[in-house]
Amino acid sequence: MVKMILIAIGAPLVAFAIGLSFMMIKRKIVARIQRRYGPTIIQPIYDVLKLLVKEDNISHGVIFSLGPIIAIAGSILAVFFIPMAGFSMLTGSGDLIALLYIMAIGSLGMALGAGDSANPNASIGISRALTLMFGYDLPLVIIVISVALQYHTTNLSDIVAAQANGNWTLWTLPLSAIVGFVVTYGALGEHPFDIVTAPHEVATGPMVEYGGKHLGFLMISHAFHIYIEIALFVDLFLGGASNILIFYLKMFAVFFIMIMFDEVLPRFKIDDAVRFYWKWPTVVALISLIIVLVK
Amino acid sequence: MERMTEEQVKTIANMLRKRSLWMIHYCTGCGAMELPPTMTSRYDMERFGLAPYVTSRQADILLITGYLNVKTLRRVITVYEQMLDPKYVIGFGSCALNGGVYWDSYAVIKQLDRYIPADLYIAGCMPRPEAIISAFRHLMELIDSGKADGYKRYKRNLAYYKENQRKVLG
Repeated sequence: MVKMILIAIGAPLVAFAIGLSFMMIKRKIVARIQRRYGPTIIQPIYDVLKLLVKEDNISHGVIFSLGPIIAIAGSILAVFFIPMAGFSMLTGSGDLIALLYIMAIGSLGMALGAGDSANPNASIGISRALTLMFGYDLPLVIIVISVALQYHTTNLSDIVAAQANGNWTLWTLPLSAIVGFVVTYGALGEHPFDIVTAPHEVATGPMVEYGGKHLGFLMISHAFHIYIEIALFVDLFLGGASNILIFYLKMFAVFFIMIMFDEVLPRFKIDDAVRFYWKWPTVVALISLIIVLVK
Repeated sequence: MERMTEEQVKTIANMLRKRSLWMIHYCTGCGAMELPPTMTSRYDMERFGLAPYVTSRQADILLITGYLNVKTLRRVITVYEQMLDPKYVIGFGSCALNGGVYWDSYAVIKQLDRYIPADLYIAGCMPRPEAIISAFRHLMELIDSGKADGYKRYKRNLAYYKENQRKVLG
């Protein structure tokens, strides 16, 4: 019982620390790619803490203030479902499918809050976010079905266990892994899929009216978001990990490749992004599904 | 555990504020031309935790970059009042100080400090990126010592500022 409570408190903290460390490293790497010196490594911590100690916090309504909290709560719930280095808090048959639903809560919380601010930029940003989700969810569901069929289970812990001894899904289902990477990439909103928060078009979209501690909470929820998306990819395709260090290294490898792409690509329009997702990743995911079915 | 005094909390808050200053990307005049080199690879102001942000709710610093029209003043006041406390204003270039080359123009604001409280001025036409960065460093020192209190002055002397604004804007 005590162990369960410790894990319940510890798992979100570890997830947050990992997500935050990726935010730190990202800013430094981006700066080095652009041949700048870059900020100090703990700059995101200063940013979040500064937002939390702002004297003024403007709210546009109850739902506006609750939006970031819903986003964080949804993220913490998702953290419990994802096996982190060998153990997962909530596990059972079908948790992979439950996770697909829970991962949407973060975006929906943000959508509720941004909608309450009644700012046209926020409305456009939110409609973009939900449309983009509509785009990448189709290939995501198809690859999740193929992975589940491959291992005859919808339990994430069993899927991780089945990939032991280097028998990763990446090697057995390479096409699904590529689609999974593209989907994870879009879910994180890196270039070219940063249509949701595009500062030059919709002034950071859903975040446009958020300031002070609300924005601080949104940054915390973003750290969780990074962790969830990449951890799911690592568990599904890179065989999870038995200890936290290897888990972190695998996640970092995925994230590092993503930053490299992020820095050289321009931005899609929203209709182009959906068209892209429903064309190539969906077709490749279907081919992979057929391969699993006939094997 | 001994409870922290209000003074200590304020010191820590100021230490955090000076390390992470976000400036709103709102350009009133030609001085904004000097900001891209300050932001990008050559001078890289992100070293000091400064970053450009796009909306007034997220930003901490408002730069009045160069001349300020009467027409623009209305927008500047809206933006300034939308920003969340604590907020800082930097008057940028000679025009914000005394009108600069537009000293006899009917459409340009000569003294910024009569309409919104400026914490700091950068002299010159144009100030070079080095001057801008040194101004930001100076602003950090002011924040650290608690002297950058423009937003408090605005609240305290609201009647004075509103009166001046009304005279120009009508």
